[in-house]
Amino acid sequence: MSEVPISHILFVSTALFFIGMYGLFTRRNMITMLMSIELMLNSVNINFVTFNKYLYPEKLDGIFFTIFIITIAAAEAAVAIAIIINLYRSHKSIDVEDATEMKY
Amino acid sequence: MTASQIIFYILSAFILGMGILSVTSRKIFRSAIWLLFSLIGIAGLYFWMEVEFIAAVQIVVYVGGIVVLIIFSIFLTQQSGKEMQKAPLMRKIAGALAVVFGFAFTYMLIDRYGFKPKSVVFDNSVARIGNAMLNTEQGGFSLPFEVVSILLLAAMIGCIVIALKIKPTEQ
Repeated sequence: MSEVPISHILFVSTALFFIGMYGLFTRRNMITMLMSIELMLNSVNINFVTFNKYLYPEKLDGIFFTIFIITIAAAEAAVAIAIIINLYRSHKSIDVEDATEMKY
Repeated sequence: MTASQIIFYILSAFILGMGILSVTSRKIFRSAIWLLFSLIGIAGLYFWMEVEFIAAVQIVVYVGGIVVLIIFSIFLTQQSGKEMQKAPLMRKIAGALAVVFGFAFTYMLIDRYGFKPKSVVFDNSVARIGNAMLNTEQGGFSLPFEVVSILLLAAMIGCIVIALKIKPTEQ
């Protein structure tokens, strides 16, 4: 297992985080922005598991952080989609540029 | 190169490629499917790291739950065959620059740090995870467990209240 250096695994998670960030910068559709956020949360999970496995193998904290992050991501996705569907009912669009009622 | 290394690099390329397709595809339904493949690749990475429980949770919650939820909401709110409008070129360039420089700086820090892995075997059997999750003593996680269950209840009630259709009152 130690044939692959830790920094290569962290390379994957960092790259995935910045891919998600690129999606968040360029997209203006709420569902696709939510998908970018899911990618970023996943990259954080990879980080936690890697650190737990290779640097602190006698503890379980990283595993638990990952489990709780996955749980909270599920709750967050459900609430966000409820908000998106409600917004679609009132505006007929889920573009963030169109939702300007609370802007000023 | 051993088999384990080859599997790791193939999995990484798969995850990153699918992630890039997911944030650049202009058809929203395809974007969701690329996200699905990326999440499956991450579950494969967890299997490669021998954390089977997290891999199973990843498949059950992300692949089976969140992506299905996203696909349903696409069906409810979009014409999924239509292409989304292009982002302005300026925004794309600015985003790409910010991302590339952010990635370069972060990876430089990571590469210079010099992590020293321990050679202890990582015991993450489900029995150990379960014991720690419901343990109230030092090193137990029963308080965050309860907090998360309250959060899930609150999220469920919140979703129902937000997405509820208010009927027009009849006189």
